[in-house]
Amino acid sequence: MRSTLALLLLLLSGLCGAQDTVKVGSKRFTESYILGEIIAASVRSVGEVDAIHRQGLGNTAIVFSALRSGVIDVYPEYAGTIAMELLKKSATSSLEEINRELAPLGLGAAVRLGFSNSYALAMREDHAAKLQIVTVSDLRRTPSLKFGLSQEFLNRKDGWNGMARAYGLTATPQGLDHGLAYEAIATSQADVIDVYSTDAKLAKHRLRVLTDDLGYFPRYDAVLLYRLDLPQRFPKAWAAMSRLEGRISAEQMIALNARAELAGVPFASIAETFLGDGKEHALPVPHAGRQFLDSLVGGDFLRLTGEHLLLVFASLALSIVFGVPLGIWAGRSPGAAGWILGSVGMLQTIPSLALLAFLITWMGTIGTAPAIVALFLYALLPIVRSTASGLADIPLPLRESGLALGLPGGARLRMIELPLAARSILAGIKTSAIINVGTATIAAFVGAGGYGERIVAGLAVNDNAVLLAGAVPAALMAVGLQLGFDLLDRWLIPAGLRHDEGIEH
Amino acid sequence: MIRLEGVSKAYRGHVALAPTSVAFSAQRTTVLIGPSGCGKSTLLRLMVGLVRPDSGQVWIGDEKLGSDNVERLRHGIGYVIQDGGLFPHLTARRNIALLARHLGRPEARIGARIAELAEAVKLPLGLLERYPRELSGGQRQRVSLMRALMLDPPVLLLDEPLGALDPVTRYELQEELKQVFATLAKTVVLVTHDMNEAAHFGDRIMLLRAGRIVQSGTFSEFLRSPAEDYVRDFIRAQRTIIPGKA
Repeated sequence: MRSTLALLLLLLSGLCGAQDTVKVGSKRFTESYILGEIIAASVRSVGEVDAIHRQGLGNTAIVFSALRSGVIDVYPEYAGTIAMELLKKSATSSLEEINRELAPLGLGAAVRLGFSNSYALAMREDHAAKLQIVTVSDLRRTPSLKFGLSQEFLNRKDGWNGMARAYGLTATPQGLDHGLAYEAIATSQADVIDVYSTDAKLAKHRLRVLTDDLGYFPRYDAVLLYRLDLPQRFPKAWAAMSRLEGRISAEQMIALNARAELAGVPFASIAETFLGDGKEHALPVPHAGRQFLDSLVGGDFLRLTGEHLLLVFASLALSIVFGVPLGIWAGRSPGAAGWILGSVGMLQTIPSLALLAFLITWMGTIGTAPAIVALFLYALLPIVRSTASGLADIPLPLRESGLALGLPGGARLRMIELPLAARSILAGIKTSAIINVGTATIAAFVGAGGYGERIVAGLAVNDNAVLLAGAVPAALMAVGLQLGFDLLDRWLIPAGLRHDEGIEH
Repeated sequence: MIRLEGVSKAYRGHVALAPTSVAFSAQRTTVLIGPSGCGKSTLLRLMVGLVRPDSGQVWIGDEKLGSDNVERLRHGIGYVIQDGGLFPHLTARRNIALLARHLGRPEARIGARIAELAEAVKLPLGLLERYPRELSGGQRQRVSLMRALMLDPPVLLLDEPLGALDPVTRYELQEELKQVFATLAKTVVLVTHDMNEAAHFGDRIMLLRAGRIVQSGTFSEFLRSPAEDYVRDFIRAQRTIIPGKA
């Protein structure tokens, strides 16, 4: 069983191989998408080697697993995140300290892009100008200002409390949902809010980011996190990436983020404009309020549908192949049932992103293969359980009639027990298939495509039309599958069991 | 012939069958009778290997029943239970032919045998294409009997085969079964809790109580000289309601 799985993984991972390219990764938020595109475009510009951008790879753990296993060669990361989340060290570690820790992993961090994306305080530009407030220290001069701060910032160790102490601020801040903060400051309900220092909305609402003059906030300098073999393999491409050092200021990053989130310009064209002559190129530029219907049937609809169906049915097939025999085993031997159902049930409790991060490291690849394996594992429980209970629920007289005839075990299973359990087994498969349609949207976190790609992109750039263009077809697919399985029931459930009062009602 | 040698069975300390030695001779009908829980069904289930004895041996012909030969020996035993035990997902014909097909018997012979059995149990051939739920209780028991007799086994075990039927159907089937038993010349062991039925079928009747065989003999021996008070009470409790006989 294990070797079959390994072989299958090998075949699947073969689909994702691409040797002679620089593989750039990014996390699933606007800034990371844009930086990933800029890195990829700068590699292509020197003509040494092609570059592909595996964009929107879930969270830090997933993209880091992808880097360590060599699925990607480089991705944009923040020095503070590398130190705190990946190396479990102080966020104030220097780049030299970080590199000492990364070297044994075959990784390095270099090329400060020129900005830091950290917590910051912001005020309306006109308001700050009137009060002549430039730095956080200047806030002490005007104690009457109203602070509207997010709960996260209020409660973090390195948030408001520490900051107020460090700067001697005496204001009593109000808790404010982060989503409402920009509206609140625009309508003067708050004078000071906490922001991420490169947030696109800073430009839209004309806010001034106050200088952290005491250096209270740890710096989250954007750098390239890369595999140490990359500069040797592609020296010219690496030189091109290195030329990005210091190229992007915080103001520029805010502007780039705004072009993606507020103007709806595609990431690739933002990157080309940034690296090129600054002129808008010919790609059609959709405006911010793209219509849901346009997004829905957009050019990639068929590809996403195909990918989604592949994810759902490949994983479903695997979970039937492994789940039904496991269920038979559990149904026949009460001793085994406990640990089989226990371990299959435990799989359900693993958070999907953690499971994907583990699978990426273990399989050494991202994309379709780890997504299918994750979906397969999640789909096991309903199938195993329904098979086991379907067999266990066969009335004793029927089971004994099979025995008393003198039929051997295999024949009883095939001719009597599985047909009698067919309804329950099919119900489990149906449940798994429908759950899989929903769960398959997480595949986009590891670059496996499907409708999740739109959901992830919609979340990243706050575009509900794009998000719905992914969520609605996924929901319709689930409904379609439900209907399909209802038809299949008619084919697969033996005629003598249909409309049978005694079996399920 | 089936023989039990010191066979006993207990479930969680409750004695279902005390150590018992008994033989069921070929070509005779023996009826096991007694109140619920007396061990009569356990005795039958021991003979077909659905229950393993705690002690003793079951002999089928000259072979000891064991886990290595139980499947083959079952081919020589027909087993019918109260509600037929027909598989609901198979038509009557497929239920009957299931084992013969699995053993690779030629279809023509299977068809001929089914026709012969249908005539013996007076079941119209057309009903054989129905599913069990589309048949009446009496029809289901006829199909069940056909399934048990399909391979022409020398032994036929019936566990309250008529217990779930209405009185009229039951009466009809009692008559027919007796004829079938008479023509087939098999070793028949039938379990019932009805003394009239026992008297109707049995060449020999065995009355059980609390896991022991209390008396064994013909019906007239039971009437003439009951072995203990319990036997007399049991017969009296089951007297027929026909006036003049009470």
